[in-house]
Amino acid sequence: MTARTLRYKPVDLGRWLAWGGFALVLLAAPLASGTSFAITLLSQMGIGIVFALSYNMLLGQSGMLSFGHAVYSGLGAYIAAHALNLIGKGQLAFPVTLLPLVGGVSGMLFAVAFGYVTTRRSGTTFAMISLGIGELVAACSLMFPGFFGGEGGVTTNRMVGQPFLGITYGPAIQVYYLIAAWTFACTAAMYAFTHTPLGRIANAVRDNPERAEFIGYSPQRVRWFVMIIAGFFAGVAGGLACINYEIVSAENVGAVRSGGVLIATFIGGAGYFFGPILGAIVYAAMVTGVGTLTKAWLLYLGLLFLVMVLYAPGGFASLFVMNLRMARFGQLRRLVPHYLALAAAGLAALAGLVGLAEITYYFSLEGEARPRTELFGIAMNVITATPWASAGALLVVGVALTALAWRRFRREWDKGQRAIQDEGNRP
Amino acid sequence: MEFFLVSLLNGISYGLLLFMLTSGLTIVFSLMGVLNFAHASFYMLGAYFAYQTSRWFGFWPALAIAPLLVGAVGMAVERYGLRTVHKFGHVAELLFTFGLAYLIEEAVHLIWGRSSLDYRVPPDLDGTLFTIYGTAYPVFRGFMLLVALAMLVSIWVTLTRTRAGLVIQASLTHRQMVEALGHNVPRVFTLVFGGGAALAGLAGVIGGAAFVTEPGMAATVGPMVFVIVVVGGMGSLGGAFVASLAIGIIQTFSVALDYSLADLLARLGFAHAPGGVLGEFMRLTIAQAAPVIPYLLMVLMLIFRPKGLMGTRAD
Repeated sequence: MTARTLRYKPVDLGRWLAWGGFALVLLAAPLASGTSFAITLLSQMGIGIVFALSYNMLLGQSGMLSFGHAVYSGLGAYIAAHALNLIGKGQLAFPVTLLPLVGGVSGMLFAVAFGYVTTRRSGTTFAMISLGIGELVAACSLMFPGFFGGEGGVTTNRMVGQPFLGITYGPAIQVYYLIAAWTFACTAAMYAFTHTPLGRIANAVRDNPERAEFIGYSPQRVRWFVMIIAGFFAGVAGGLACINYEIVSAENVGAVRSGGVLIATFIGGAGYFFGPILGAIVYAAMVTGVGTLTKAWLLYLGLLFLVMVLYAPGGFASLFVMNLRMARFGQLRRLVPHYLALAAAGLAALAGLVGLAEITYYFSLEGEARPRTELFGIAMNVITATPWASAGALLVVGVALTALAWRRFRREWDKGQRAIQDEGNRP
Repeated sequence: MEFFLVSLLNGISYGLLLFMLTSGLTIVFSLMGVLNFAHASFYMLGAYFAYQTSRWFGFWPALAIAPLLVGAVGMAVERYGLRTVHKFGHVAELLFTFGLAYLIEEAVHLIWGRSSLDYRVPPDLDGTLFTIYGTAYPVFRGFMLLVALAMLVSIWVTLTRTRAGLVIQASLTHRQMVEALGHNVPRVFTLVFGGGAALAGLAGVIGGAAFVTEPGMAATVGPMVFVIVVVGGMGSLGGAFVASLAIGIIQTFSVALDYSLADLLARLGFAHAPGGVLGEFMRLTIAQAAPVIPYLLMVLMLIFRPKGLMGTRAD
């Protein structure tokens, strides 16, 4: 008797390294910089990673561009908040550690209901319907103040129940480690999902729904099932957000949140499993990091997104993988000077852009009342032409230099690609 | 009867405004396959441009200049943005316009500030057209109706009865043949996209004056426009017309109806008030539920008739 399939399973060192490294980073991240701001940011990134990965089940793995994914995380967060309040009142006995499960299951149930409607169509129609469902729920959030808490939202308190081994979830660092543990578990689970038959057939439905139908799968049902599972993980992210912020408001189900997860996933790279992880990190850094520094963060985020759509539709992940391939074939060395030139020119362009944007924002917000200010340590008067002209000139020169450097970089890159191809063709 | 007639007239004019807004989106979608997420942003730009130009030249020149400016912006967007991402497919195009909507909103914040503008109906059109049952019907509503109807007719004539319209239609279905006949198909697409944007701009000139001109106006009407396109059937101009009117009328009526399920039950003799979310649901008046009605309509349409009112495809 032999097994029906032949299996060969060597120790996959790369996989152990990647997952071990991920766990290590999650463990060690707060130690590197222990400020409370860093821990807030890291917690936000963890939640963002779960949310973006769940979103990528739709966008990257099944080809569903959703504009309403915040519905599942937001409703999950609301139900988790109500559950947490019940625990606080002593009407429900449930460990806070497992509260994200409550969010997850509720997100999943909502995905069963809403997903049935949205997944009936695919492509751009799906995108519009998901937007409509998102608006429906967002509009409902102001109609039912009993459940949604009206304008103020639902507040809650995570420090309930008996402390277990000194864990009260009072200090932010404890919450961070809770989020980190859930992030690791969810990431592993979602990675495993990509290898299940459903995960595989979802890829088939994304690439060619007609052929998937011919081999006996209903694309509609596959999309629905994927949506349900993605809804679960979105709900987990919502439950984590509920514990972290201790408040859930209409914003959590809103269009801004849905758009945010789309942007995060896309700039990270929807084509790779780890893309959304990168994207969530960059997005949180943009929103929280850049957002505390300047009012123009939304402009920068929008520009970053547009640049990625236009020039790097594979996101940061594909840039990373392409360079990794170059490095593997020893071609990266020839690119280094060009990368440096590109970085220098790009920095000049960026400085001009940021300068122009900041001056404009300052002018627009403060107007002529207080024209004298100091931006980047440079004193200036925003109602004179000098600051505008110099920032504008820096931008123009920077863009021109970047274009020049880009052309040379491109030529060298193509040479590298050809060298790799030649190596492959050599007998 | 009085309430019925007044609401019907208001509903029709609101519906026609919605149609002005959706027509551009539908045309661009049916001819180019591009779902323009920034369409409502072009509507907003139309209102802001009209505000600016009417301060300089007055309302009537602004009525022509603002849509042309928005059309020029649309053409630039197609030429330098959409054409670049076209090779990555329709999803990339949709994402591009999605990012663009963010940028347009930020630009509007920067240039005109975050509060609403004092952009009003011009004095020429500020009056009463007629009075029914003591309710005045403003001239501007009538003007809105007229513009929308003129727009519907001219779109239909252009697309089906002129040479340019035939070239546009053929460019989508028989691209290579049209190119072989010497037409510049990418330029046709640029013009179509610019035309769609200009239509949104025209709707903005009128909608901005009739309602309110503020940076949130794109986000308010944007989802509604998509609902209309889904309910009417993807890419069907006639469907968009019917759906806009229907949703305009339903919205106007529902805002005025102050009844709830609890009222209905009380009238039938069941006067009890359950607590919790169910009680809230029972006490919810139709007027309060008005914002969700279009979305509910869309959901029902998808369940019972997925291709929409006049759509041809159900994929």
